[in-house]
Amino acid sequence: MINNSAAQMSQDLVSGATTSVALTQAHLDRIAEVDDKVHAFLHVDTQGALEQAALVDAARARGEKMGPLAGVPLALKDVLVQKGVPTTCGSKILEGWRPPYDSTVVTNLKNAGVVILGKTNMDEFAMGSSTENSAYGPTHNPWDLTRIPGGSGGGSAAALAAFQAPLAIGTDTGGSIRQPAAVTGTVGVKPTYGGVSRYGLVAFSSSLDQAGPCARTVLDTALLHEVIAGHDPKDSTSINAPVPQVVAAAKNGEVKGMKIGVVKELNGDGYQAGVRQRFEESLELLAKAGAEIVEVSAPNFEYALAAYYLIAPSECSSNLARFDAMRYGLRVGDTDGASAESVMNMTREVGFGREVKRRILLGTYALSSGYYDAYYGSAQKVRTLITQDFNSAFEKCDVMVSPTCPTTAFKIGEKANDPLAMYLNDIATIPVNMAGIGGMSLPCGIAPEDGLPVGFQIMSPVMQDQRMYSVGAALEAALLSKWGAPLLSLAPSLGGAA
Amino acid sequence: MSALTYEDVISKYEPVLGLEVHVELNTHSKMFCGCSTIFGAEPNTQTCPVCLALPGALPVVNEKAIESTILIGLALNCSIAPFSRFARKNYFYPDMPKNFQISQYDEPICVNGYVDVEIDTDEGPQSFRIEIERVHMEEDTGKSLHVGGATGRIHGADYSLLDYNRAGIPLVEIVTKIVPGTGKYAPEVAKAYVAELRDILRALGVSDVKMEQGSLRCDANVSLRLIGSDVLGTRSETKNVNSLRSVERAVRGEMIRHAERLNKGEKVVQETRHFQEDTGLTRSGRSKEKAEDYRYFPEPDLVPVTPDAKWIETLRAGLPERPSLRRKRLQEQWSVPDKEMAAMINADVLNIVEETVLLGADPTKARSWWLGEISRLANEKEVAISELAITAKDVAEIVSLVAQGELTDKLARQVVEGVIAGEGTPAQVISARGIKVVNDDGALMAAIEKVCSEQSETADKVRNGHLPAAGALIGAVMKETKGQADAARVRELLLGHLGQAAN
Repeated sequence: MINNSAAQMSQDLVSGATTSVALTQAHLDRIAEVDDKVHAFLHVDTQGALEQAALVDAARARGEKMGPLAGVPLALKDVLVQKGVPTTCGSKILEGWRPPYDSTVVTNLKNAGVVILGKTNMDEFAMGSSTENSAYGPTHNPWDLTRIPGGSGGGSAAALAAFQAPLAIGTDTGGSIRQPAAVTGTVGVKPTYGGVSRYGLVAFSSSLDQAGPCARTVLDTALLHEVIAGHDPKDSTSINAPVPQVVAAAKNGEVKGMKIGVVKELNGDGYQAGVRQRFEESLELLAKAGAEIVEVSAPNFEYALAAYYLIAPSECSSNLARFDAMRYGLRVGDTDGASAESVMNMTREVGFGREVKRRILLGTYALSSGYYDAYYGSAQKVRTLITQDFNSAFEKCDVMVSPTCPTTAFKIGEKANDPLAMYLNDIATIPVNMAGIGGMSLPCGIAPEDGLPVGFQIMSPVMQDQRMYSVGAALEAALLSKWGAPLLSLAPSLGGAA
Repeated sequence: MSALTYEDVISKYEPVLGLEVHVELNTHSKMFCGCSTIFGAEPNTQTCPVCLALPGALPVVNEKAIESTILIGLALNCSIAPFSRFARKNYFYPDMPKNFQISQYDEPICVNGYVDVEIDTDEGPQSFRIEIERVHMEEDTGKSLHVGGATGRIHGADYSLLDYNRAGIPLVEIVTKIVPGTGKYAPEVAKAYVAELRDILRALGVSDVKMEQGSLRCDANVSLRLIGSDVLGTRSETKNVNSLRSVERAVRGEMIRHAERLNKGEKVVQETRHFQEDTGLTRSGRSKEKAEDYRYFPEPDLVPVTPDAKWIETLRAGLPERPSLRRKRLQEQWSVPDKEMAAMINADVLNIVEETVLLGADPTKARSWWLGEISRLANEKEVAISELAITAKDVAEIVSLVAQGELTDKLARQVVEGVIAGEGTPAQVISARGIKVVNDDGALMAAIEKVCSEQSETADKVRNGHLPAAGALIGAVMKETKGQADAARVRELLLGHLGQAAN
């Protein structure tokens, strides 16, 4: 039952073949069985999930009109607040904090009857590409437990790959949904910036952060996308326009006549051979399905990483200032006679991990008087240039594509002491965030050299998210008929039901 | 005590002013969330995830606050920016929940305005133009109460209590350009400017403008330079100036303090100073030599403010009459002497007098009631005139009754007192207390005859032409009629009765 797609689970709930309580219990059992190996979850809300499932079953029994995902379980990245449920953002500084309010994403999930199983592990405050920066220990890639599941949303991706949940929510600031999806053989979408409310998403970099849907199929991802997306008056940057018709696009999966732009700069040197091979094969499949493959150039992408590592740390240095022990979370050094200043200092010293401190320092420096223009100011100009690159490329094509990441999953510990090598993981995903457009990663095969999944990235213009779903669904269908079974069926068993 | 006199200072130095005024807007909800802004609620009861800076919460701009700020900008002759942005001002302090303040930095909403203020000088009234650099929006901080310690400041306190009710209340900051050329009148000009701003803001209805409650706060920047020099001196910034009188005192005091240092060859330190209400002096706050780096950058959680040009024109068309022009107009219309006009403004009765006049009362009579008897009763009860239970309509009615001879001035005062005591409208007070003018000549004559026979000696004096003696008899008659008679009519009848023609 847990190996099914969310769409199939939904059908089984509608037909009465199963109940939400049974489905939820099956996933809770799976979590109990494998999470000591995977460590996808920071908190499992057994009681809350079963209660929510029972409510959905009761409503269905009364004949109430239900949304398509009502009763289907989901794993929530621990960076989105859920009333009464611990939210840590993978940081010690928020240990024990229970939010008194729901994020808009959670409100939308609850309204749709989606059952929230618990909170998933992540790099502290979403800063990282491996989930090794979690203060609560790393998550392990279900394909190979000695490898990273990507990051920052490694917990959400691993939960999907380990069949602990059929749906998950991630957040993507520079690739934190797409890169974990790529290295775990799952699907992840970063919607257009402003497409999903950020209210209740604990901010890392406000102008880049975007919550999005994660699942094992393109259609499941689309179903979840439509549940969480839409205008929210509580988020000023939320776009007040109809949600793109992504479910219809995913169901059609039509690419005939579409122009697919291959980004010249996001390929070649630095990309693993198996990654390139699977990417090229996917392009052939899309061409066979009727798409026209063109090459597009984005000359300013080469500055994206550098600009990102000025903008994101700058915003984070300000966003994370509120963690000061005054109102919530960890409080250290509050002894008799200690000043507020020393409590703030000690709490932040103890509460934040190395990577978070590194970025706070970077950002503080970049925003300093006298350096602002050279760093933050220049980075914003690069951002404009990247947007212009996308705009001119989208004049020549409907979507742009690239490998999601240069490599497959690396070993835990391999890059932990080399931040620059770690940052390079996101070289192909960061431009999408810089321009605020939509991006998807879906599995496109196994790299022959290491047997690990490879991600295929599709990028679509602002509020044209349906385009990447059309292309994603077409490619998924072509690959499935080639493979004969979903990619995840090739993943080594973790034991138990899967 | 200072050896320098103010005259010494101004004979050598020219003061340069710069004034920053913070205004709390009177919107019902906060700048970036829906919390109430009512003053004086229980600590931390007017808070939510947004103004407590809980993780994940986001600000949303209060449109009413934008409207109020644009109104202020228009009233101060500013240009309204078609595109302005909020910025984050980053610094750590326990009463600032996010540890950054959402403010505006290099892209404020209103720029380049001016206000003309008039003060009395040795050469008569003189007008000074104060140029406005910018008007921008920001949010207030919470309040800290530092318990223990000698200074009431965070350093040395045993513990601090935080109240976030004020956190996020909309603030507007109005910043002048440097104001040179005021010479010895700098303190008066500074005071007149703040007074003019207060009047304008009150007329706009955008703020309570209560300096004592902190809804209008002034920071006075003062520097001195040698007369004739065009190089600016080092400035000090005096905070905590909580009344119009203090603005004047603070500027004067700082001018003397700077001059003393400069005369001794010492440098003026660029610093924040705190005004001391009791001494009129300032004490040093934090030094600004190590300028704090606020690491401003555009607030990514908010979209730029782009007010529609049509909306701005609608707001401009609805601006109220400029208070200083209105005062001039009313003074002319009512033929009020300068001193009386000033008294009315000081007592804050201009609006209610105008309202009374608009209801048909004679301007002089209306003014004298509000400024005289009613002000006196308010003082006696130690409340503001606006808190008394008497309206413009009541006073207009009383003025009319006096004019018709239905009430004497003395009876009218009883009616006013009754209305203020909550006994109802003038008509109700008159009827309940049985107040009426005795204008029945028969009844008056009976009283006159009675008094004249009781005080026959005095009556004889009057009969013999000694008219000043009549006063005592008139008084006695008034007493006899319990003050309800018209004294003029009593005099007329009395003199006639005693064979003297009334004049």
